[in-house]
Amino acid sequence: MGKLLMLGDEAIAQAGLDAGMSGMYAYPGTPSTEIMEYVQKSKQAKENGVHAKWSANEKTSMEAALGMSYAGKRAMCAMKHVGLNVAADAFINSAITGVNGGLIVVSADDPSMHSSQNEQDNRFYGKFAQIPILEPANQQEAYNMVHYGFEISEKFKVPVLMRITTRLAHSRSGVETITPKAQNELVLPRDPMQFILLPSVARKNYKTLLSNFDNFISASEESQFNEFIDASDKSLGIITCGIAYNYLVENYEDQKVPYPVLRIGQYPLPKAKIKHIMETCDEVLVVEDGYPMVEEMLKGYLGKEKVRGRLDGSLPRDGELNPNLVLAAIHKETFTLDPIPSTVANRLPAMCKGCGHIDAYVALNEALLEHGKGRVFADIGCYTLGAYEPYQAISTCVDMGASITMAKGAADAGLVPSVAVIGDSTFTHSGITGLIDAVIGNSPITVVISDNYTTGMTGGQDSAALGRIEQICEGVGVDPAHIRVFHPTPANHDQMVELLKEELAYPGVSVVIPRRQCIQTMKNKELVTKVKELGLNKK
Amino acid sequence: MKSDIILAGVGGQGIISIAAAIGGAALHENLHMKQAEVHGMSQRGGAVQSTLRVSSKPIASDLIAYGSADMIVSLEPMESLRYLSYLKPDGWVITNAVPFVNITDYPELEDVYAEIKKRSNHVIIDAEEIAGQVATKRAANMVMLGAASNFIDIPLESIKEGIRQIFGRKGEEITNSNIDAMLAGREAAQKFL
Repeated sequence: MGKLLMLGDEAIAQAGLDAGMSGMYAYPGTPSTEIMEYVQKSKQAKENGVHAKWSANEKTSMEAALGMSYAGKRAMCAMKHVGLNVAADAFINSAITGVNGGLIVVSADDPSMHSSQNEQDNRFYGKFAQIPILEPANQQEAYNMVHYGFEISEKFKVPVLMRITTRLAHSRSGVETITPKAQNELVLPRDPMQFILLPSVARKNYKTLLSNFDNFISASEESQFNEFIDASDKSLGIITCGIAYNYLVENYEDQKVPYPVLRIGQYPLPKAKIKHIMETCDEVLVVEDGYPMVEEMLKGYLGKEKVRGRLDGSLPRDGELNPNLVLAAIHKETFTLDPIPSTVANRLPAMCKGCGHIDAYVALNEALLEHGKGRVFADIGCYTLGAYEPYQAISTCVDMGASITMAKGAADAGLVPSVAVIGDSTFTHSGITGLIDAVIGNSPITVVISDNYTTGMTGGQDSAALGRIEQICEGVGVDPAHIRVFHPTPANHDQMVELLKEELAYPGVSVVIPRRQCIQTMKNKELVTKVKELGLNKK
Repeated sequence: MKSDIILAGVGGQGIISIAAAIGGAALHENLHMKQAEVHGMSQRGGAVQSTLRVSSKPIASDLIAYGSADMIVSLEPMESLRYLSYLKPDGWVITNAVPFVNITDYPELEDVYAEIKKRSNHVIIDAEEIAGQVATKRAANMVMLGAASNFIDIPLESIKEGIRQIFGRKGEEITNSNIDAMLAGREAAQKFL
């Protein structure tokens, strides 16, 4: 209790704990990672036995959270926006099963792609699943919404999606907390058939979900998070979603906007409030970070002229909003940015000095010289930075696990040898199933699993692959003679090149494992001990 | 009072400690604050930026509007220029003079300084040398904090309190040497006023 200085991510985690959440489930992904990290470090979580272990991927985390909800307890599941693509099957169906204990799914979207491969707006997932969505404007609201979210989740028996963006997730501000609530008792669902999605049950559950939609709208209508703030100048009405409200009021003294404003923090949209602002104002400007979802709903496909936003060019079609863009949109002006002085050179992110991925790439580049460029299919992680100079070692990076399967597809097309480069954590996240495909097809691919014992890019979280990569590969059918481990250092360069050449020449699936601890994790005593116990650091 | 501050540097240089110290000082003064950090991919040796907003009135936006920042505090000279579009016309550029060269096309240092000096309100100090004199070179970020503190309307005692909150766990000696570094930076910047 009291006022704490917290990141948006941390406010959500603390709220979960204070709301009596029994489990937090997640796979690391910027900008959502700190939610789980906060729970893992929390004394309160430890004392109350709150589950706080990383899952292998977002789908397994979503399913485990649903399992906890089935057992009557409150659960939260957090992921970055693209993680919900991985968890989508479980997520969409959780709207059909409904919940028992309250369930909140947090999606941390990344408009402007600060650390992502797209800027998808996951409010669409909430709309697609036809469940309530909460979208906080600030850290305090994020905290309050978690409490409210669990309440409506249990009241309506549906999961609730909470959508935040990078700016809120990674910004710190004061948050007032409340007295913690006790966890729910273990209790099975009243209807023993509720979670069995056989067609007969699913059809019934789906009708229940649909019939609930009007109740969701009523809840939005009454919600404290959907506030209408009237003003005298009706030449313009402004609808803001989530954090966009801040960029609007930032432009006015004491945050007093001269136009009527409807701030949206809860979906489905409150119909009466929307109708009111649409009818009383000459024009309506919709300000939302992400895709023009609300704008399109109000404008319709044919485009009523009255509604302005990202679709008519009042605001940019892509990228994160800011106070300047919003002010320019109100006054129908264009905001142009002063260019960065030409003296300033680009400074792109890079792999750390002394990183094992670098030595693996240098060796791989040399081993592939005789075959030519364009053969390396990479994945999501620090090693994606091998795309930049001086390595320029990879040709693709699409989604978690796509390295192995794309290499297989290219090999199917005749590109032999094809190479996959994937990190240890990404491998257990989504690489194993692809490796099974490759084994079944006896694809002539070389899979480089660059093992640094951690999930590096997001800051060194646990890797589910630790100490079991060879076992997994053998288990799915890779010939043990073609599972080869090496210690990537400059001194071992020639040996690595030789080994890679041998495996590139092998006309079946081979797995090559460059193995060396991420230098950023050297201070992590627990990991160093574990690595020693497992005997992984043999050279 | 209101201070909108852009903190700039290269991933790993320690801009977050500056933000945390000012943030702690602001809380000590019961001021409102918002601080946005960069996590994830761009941390890895790339250009990083953090925004810090402190005010006696409630703060709306986590982002600082372009053309409105009161100062840019940078741990690296070239990085101080990357965010000039955020600065208000009479805002201050306060930067460490020592370049962090991890790229092949780093510009001529004289050109970088010349560009900074186009702004009449600038402070360029060798934070590492100053830190080395009173503490260790690693306290260069506290030197820059001290330089910036001249332009932030928060009592010196509260800035010290902010530093104590960060380093308190590491013992009195480390805390005091960081406070010394801050004070030395504060003094060094005063000849630019």
